Amino acid sequence: MSTSEESLITTEVSSERTGRSDRPDATVLAARDLDVYYGDDRALASVDVEIPEHKVTAIIGPSGCGKSTFLRCINRMNDQIAVCRVDGDLSFHGKNVYDDDVDPVALRRRVGMVFQKPNPFPKSIYDNVAYGLKIQGFDGDMDARVEEALRGAALWGEVKDQLDSSGLDLSGGQQQRLCIARAIAPDPEVILMDEPTSALDPVAASKIEDLIDELAEQYTVVIVTHNMQQAARISDKTAVFLTGGKLVEFDDTAKVFENPDEPRVEEYITGKFG
Amino acid sequence: MSDSPDSKRRADGGTATERTRGEELFADIDLRREHLKNRAFLGLIFAASMFGVVALALLLLDVVTDFYVGLTEFEISLVQFLTADGSRRPERAGFFGAIIASVMLMALTAVLSFFVGVGAAIYLEEYAPNNRITRLIKANLSNLAGVPSIVYGLLVLAALVNGIGVGPILLAGSVALALLVMPIIIVSAQEAIRAVPDGVRNGSYATGATKWQTIRQVVLPSAMPGILTGTILALARAIGETAPLLMIGALFVNRTPFGPFDRFSGMPTQIYAWAAEPSQHFIHLAAVGIVVLLTILLSMNAVAVYLRNKYETAV
Ligand SMILES: Nc1ncnc2c1ncn2[C@@H]1O[C@H](COP(=O)(O)OP(=O)(O)OP(=O)(O)O)[C@@H](O)[C@H]1O
Ligand SMILES: [Mg+2]
Repeated sequence: MSTSEESLITTEVSSERTGRSDRPDATVLAARDLDVYYGDDRALASVDVEIPEHKVTAIIGPSGCGKSTFLRCINRMNDQIAVCRVDGDLSFHGKNVYDDDVDPVALRRRVGMVFQKPNPFPKSIYDNVAYGLKIQGFDGDMDARVEEALRGAALWGEVKDQLDSSGLDLSGGQQQRLCIARAIAPDPEVILMDEPTSALDPVAASKIEDLIDELAEQYTVVIVTHNMQQAARISDKTAVFLTGGKLVEFDDTAKVFENPDEPRVEEYITGKFG
Repeated sequence: MSDSPDSKRRADGGTATERTRGEELFADIDLRREHLKNRAFLGLIFAASMFGVVALALLLLDVVTDFYVGLTEFEISLVQFLTADGSRRPERAGFFGAIIASVMLMALTAVLSFFVGVGAAIYLEEYAPNNRITRLIKANLSNLAGVPSIVYGLLVLAALVNGIGVGPILLAGSVALALLVMPIIIVSAQEAIRAVPDGVRNGSYATGATKWQTIRQVVLPSAMPGILTGTILALARAIGETAPLLMIGALFVNRTPFGPFDRFSGMPTQIYAWAAEPSQHFIHLAAVGIVVLLTILLSMNAVAVYLRNKYETAV
């Protein structure tokens, strides 16, 4: 196993670049002994993880290891899948979100999500961004909030003159940033991102990476990615899932990429396996 | 074949001197019989597809000839035809009352069937649990769509016209037509709702929308063009229906109805009544009526096609 201090991949690890790591960790989300089943198939096996506030937590692992499943557990989007069953605890500020007295609709208003495939509504750009606020009965200055969200998603400059045109007329990268704007407009605490850049070209992807960096100032970000460089660049913490839905390593990103405890993680990161 | 294509190729390619001709290269493969079969079958299915078109064309030709003869020989004035009420005297009879009756029938039918139909479709697609009862309902919708229209007339005759005793009024007619087209509207609305990608549904839920908010704000707006197209096509079917109206007794009425509780005779029943008259003049009135009815019907279909094309690419 590697004992060198050099990163396993040829990318700088983020710890020194941002000031975020200096803050003390306060746990927002914690999974304890979390199991997820689709019918009889187990997709997650006793996952324990603590996700810190105002940090970027990356989730990496080979295809089918349960990354999306884990993300969907957090905002209970798994409820939409009939065959899905969740066991164990997943707490948000100490409250198990699977308790009977937790309304998933309320939970999702605090935990926003950006999907792997951009999925803007067939509505105008403005209405896409305003959607979350509208359904929550917001009656303040909508124009200002829409502009703020679009600026936050680094899209304002490109669309400010065409707010009334359909969100579907944008390019893939713009659509994804529109979805990010939609997710941040209602001002959630946590933003979940499932491979938000996998459908994008490198320029659009790097815009979104910059954006995630900024988002972490205000939000807790959990991001699934297949791109090791991206995980290393943007995240503070990294969770590595391996086949069978097991969380095999969870630590500071620098540690995971420079000196992982598990040899299998090292193999996965360096591309020898997975 | 001559070798002119060959030499042309050589001129283009320049260097290709050793190219063999296709026929020589594949000389051992005989496809003549297969190609012959292809052509024979093509001819067969082309004839099949033309059969319907030719039959329709002949029908139209017949109607248009009668229409023309009506206008010239019997001197039916289109203006009078479209503005006069029905009459026992063929030279004074017009279609106005029937057109108004049909328009009112359509409006009432649309109101009665649209909300119930779309509501049922929303329930079946978005809420209904996937169990035996739901599957039974879904399977029987297409059966229901296949029930002969006269049966709906019979039902309304027994339940409303005679049962409650409202008589052969316009409202009773629209109830029969609404029942008739409801399965069609439900099925087409179901299809439109199902065509809304799950991605946008999930996007809405993940933004913190309730189920009804998602349906109301995202699913229905995206499905609406499809729902409207299906509704218009269903109404176009209803406007030409004769049997259920005959069944409830909407016939031999010459006056324009003024409200849903008036007696009436719609366009198809008026045409039916005229066509059954012995006088040639009445028969040609019927032909002119058919042209008017067909024009309205085709315009409705055109609107439906236009709507479908306009929104097809948008969602
Ligand atoms: N809706 C579903 N119904 C049944 N099984 C599912 C469903 N979604 C996921 N699974 C199963 O759960 C396991 C984990 O899937 P998941 O989508 O979480 O993987 P992933 O790590 O996100 O993979 P990828 O990197 O390819 O997106 C897989 O074996 C998959 O087959
Ligand atoms: Mg996934």
